[in-house]
Amino acid sequence: MHNKSLISINDYSKDECLKVLDLAEKFEKDPVQNLLSGRVISTLFFEPSTRTRLSFESAVSRMGGQVIGFTDSTSSSVTKGESLKDTICTVANYSDLIVMRHPVEGSARYASEVSNVPVVNAGDGANQHPTQTLLDLYSIRKTQGRLDDLNVVMVGDLKYGRTIHSLLMALSEFNVNFFFISPEELKMPNEYKLHLKNKGIDFHEQTDFTGILDDADIIYMTRVQKERFSDPIEYEKTKNAYVLRNNMLENTKETMKVLHPLPRVTEVSTDIDVSKKAYYFTQALNGVYTRQAIISLILGLKQ
Amino acid sequence: MIKDQKTLKVSAIKSGTVIDHIPANNLFKVITILGLDNIKKPITFGTNLESGKLGYKGIIKISDKFFVNEEINRIAMAAPQAQLNIIKDYKVVEKKVVQVPEMIEGIVRCVNPKCITNAEEVKQKFIVTNDGEVSLKCHYCEKITDQEHMAFI
Ligand SMILES: [Zn+2]
Repeated sequence: MHNKSLISINDYSKDECLKVLDLAEKFEKDPVQNLLSGRVISTLFFEPSTRTRLSFESAVSRMGGQVIGFTDSTSSSVTKGESLKDTICTVANYSDLIVMRHPVEGSARYASEVSNVPVVNAGDGANQHPTQTLLDLYSIRKTQGRLDDLNVVMVGDLKYGRTIHSLLMALSEFNVNFFFISPEELKMPNEYKLHLKNKGIDFHEQTDFTGILDDADIIYMTRVQKERFSDPIEYEKTKNAYVLRNNMLENTKETMKVLHPLPRVTEVSTDIDVSKKAYYFTQALNGVYTRQAIISLILGLKQ
Repeated sequence: MIKDQKTLKVSAIKSGTVIDHIPANNLFKVITILGLDNIKKPITFGTNLESGKLGYKGIIKISDKFFVNEEINRIAMAAPQAQLNIIKDYKVVEKKVVQVPEMIEGIVRCVNPKCITNAEEVKQKFIVTNDGEVSLKCHYCEKITDQEHMAFI
């Protein structure tokens, strides 16, 4: 993993993913470690994502490193028409590692090919966001004590959800039962269902919550966006069907946790926030430990 | 010289290349890919010829033209089972089977309009899967370009 870019969750084997989780666990116990003294990390956000950027910057700061970069492309030379290649080649001179987010799909892979320092993809359009997947795995393992024999319920936009697809791919390395709950228009694409079939993994899909929640170990919620619907009336009719409310959690397992990549809109009712089954804010905190682990492994500061 | 019925359907050439076993519905695609519509050599082709392997096949004969491997790779995307017969003095002196490469660069455009290869000057690169039908997984955006959506450069 030393000196290797992290662009797609598929870049890491199952063992490498577990190595990140094990190390993240150590960072959780001891988050302030002066590993990055004198090191510079670039955070290049060609499109804004405050949450992700702050999480990375927090991870670097806790390890004593410095951050340079920009928060959106309007404040950089990109607006002057500079190519991605030129931006990356220049910034690579100033830093030990580049964290980048870019709206164009495949941009991070390309950047990793022209950069002479490793690149971590913090989201390339609808394609990949591997550190999110690793923090999701971390959150699941931490709350359930394992990644095998779990009932994982995925809710919302399962068709376009990058987070959902990457998590599904990562969890398919373990023995997990999947339950997909989505409107007809936003069902899990066939290529993913085929992948699960080939792996011999059980899944079940339906368009509402009926009979599913009480056996769940993890409920992973996502936003159902209006612009995904061809018919706005259909959206108005369906949007409330995918809202999770506290009273629906009454008979769920004591250990069940609700996850959400954030930001949420209305799909997780705020009355869940006080429940100990709500985990999304801690999930975001776990992102910091996970990113500390990833950065220190890539820079060879931890084995 | 004339060996069988199929050869009869398109006249023999003295020197050049015969491309056989092209799926009939991709014949014109192969012609475009190889840029045969722009070369000044005699070309004859036949299509919708019966073929055991393919149902119906197409065949192209180009006089005084020999292809390099890079050009042959381009055919593989549209005609993975194609066979090239190199003809010298009316005789087949070499047979080449089109090899579907594991990876291709250039040749095809990525189907994803949001892909970096369609946004900046980045050469297309695909991982090829071949389970009867050739499809291409973009090395950059990871989207699949299938046979139906293949646009050749
Ligand atoms: Zn692409």
